[in-house]
Amino acid sequence: MTRIRFLSGITAALFLLFVWVFFSIILTKGIIPSPIEVVKAFHLKTFYPHFLVSLARVFVSLIIAILAAVPLGLFLGQNPEWDRWIAPVIFLTYPVPKIVFLPILFILLGIGNISKIALIALVVFYQILVTTRDGSRSVKKPFIDALVTLGAKPLDIYQHVIVPACLPAILTSLRISIGTSVAILFFVESFATQSGLGNLILDAWGMADYPLMFVGIIGMSLLGISLYEIVEIMEKRLCKWANL
Amino acid sequence: MIKVSNLQFSYPGNIAVLKDISFSVNAGESCAIIGPSGCGKTTLLYLIAGLLPSPKGTIRVNGTPSVNIRGNIPMIPQDYGLFPWKTVWENVAVGLTLRHTPKQHIQEALIPILEELDLLPLISLYPSQLSGGQRQRVAIARVLVMKPSLILMDEPFSSLDAMTREHLQTLMARIWKTHHITFIIVTHSIEEATFLGTNILILSSQPATIRAVRHNARAGTISYRSSEDFFHLSSEIRKILFSRSRSNMP
Repeated sequence: MTRIRFLSGITAALFLLFVWVFFSIILTKGIIPSPIEVVKAFHLKTFYPHFLVSLARVFVSLIIAILAAVPLGLFLGQNPEWDRWIAPVIFLTYPVPKIVFLPILFILLGIGNISKIALIALVVFYQILVTTRDGSRSVKKPFIDALVTLGAKPLDIYQHVIVPACLPAILTSLRISIGTSVAILFFVESFATQSGLGNLILDAWGMADYPLMFVGIIGMSLLGISLYEIVEIMEKRLCKWANL
Repeated sequence: MIKVSNLQFSYPGNIAVLKDISFSVNAGESCAIIGPSGCGKTTLLYLIAGLLPSPKGTIRVNGTPSVNIRGNIPMIPQDYGLFPWKTVWENVAVGLTLRHTPKQHIQEALIPILEELDLLPLISLYPSQLSGGQRQRVAIARVLVMKPSLILMDEPFSSLDAMTREHLQTLMARIWKTHHITFIIVTHSIEEATFLGTNILILSSQPATIRAVRHNARAGTISYRSSEDFFHLSSEIRKILFSRSRSNMP
């Protein structure tokens, strides 16, 4: 199974490389440089600091979003009396595109890292919250009843039933959120900063340095893929039972 | 052991479920509760477990109101209530973990029970990797390891095939005798009630009242299943249930 997955991964990578080479040849204006040009433009000393800053921003945002959304989602799913009041607030604000709040966050939190992290965390928070709440609501009552008759207290119910039952849903929402968070990362790094892969891409674009721009694009893709893979590993380790 | 007196229970919206239920079960005896579908058998079991809010009337277990000893009367719910995210070992150990029992003691408590129920080779498997009969044995092991004096079971064998069901009924009878426990089983199988119930409580349709109580001293003995008394009692229960359900038809 792992071998098949590895082979299919290699095939997909080769296919994408082929598509890249194909477009670099047919688009003659140099807007899509060839892989060789990109490799030449790659300098670890330039790339590394930008990559680390972006990774830190997105990682801290995800941690904040998880810490805020997961407990709240679990709690609301199990407490309909609270959910009745809080759910309408969530669902009224959920469809609002959060990126419009960037100017407000800049004013409130400054133009540094905090406002950027806050915006990514805010977007991801909603995605994780809604999935976790739905997962928590759908936990079958007989599981809870069986545990209560064995002497469980409310916190034991969360530890032994609610959290493990919701974990697959939480990790799925996290996986979806990684794509979103990297997209928002690019957006926030296009304003008021001199660091991060988003800044590297836009800076290179402004100087018509397309190979360097592609270094940034590939860096951002690697960032997304690495985080995605981390969640995959977590899922395999923590939710073995769900993949039998 | 258990004394239920003048029990009445309604769900919100005043839907009366149980009406004037009184019965008692002595220590070491068993009680099979049988009645039409949806009559309130499970509700009665949940009330005894202390899982539902205080009803009118009293339920006392060894003289203590059952709501006060919630968490000390283990129950096997329908579909076993095994946690899909825990292995067989973790499922069986969960009650002791809740009591913060040291690992060494958990191991000492689990191994003989798992051996007795032929589960030792399965300890690292998850419930989804087990057959229905194996899952049921895990559910029984999980409550037995708590060394309970009383066990509640809600239609524990209903989703099993006939052979497995009979095998597990025999196993349950053996456990009942060897572990000196008292148990209450809700069932819709007349033969199961006859085989496992020292006391057989026949309920009417909702709001459930006690239609009849039968005492059944031979319950749980292996030879009883093929005896004439077994068939007589089974057909008597069938008659009581059938007459009741026919009288309820529009």
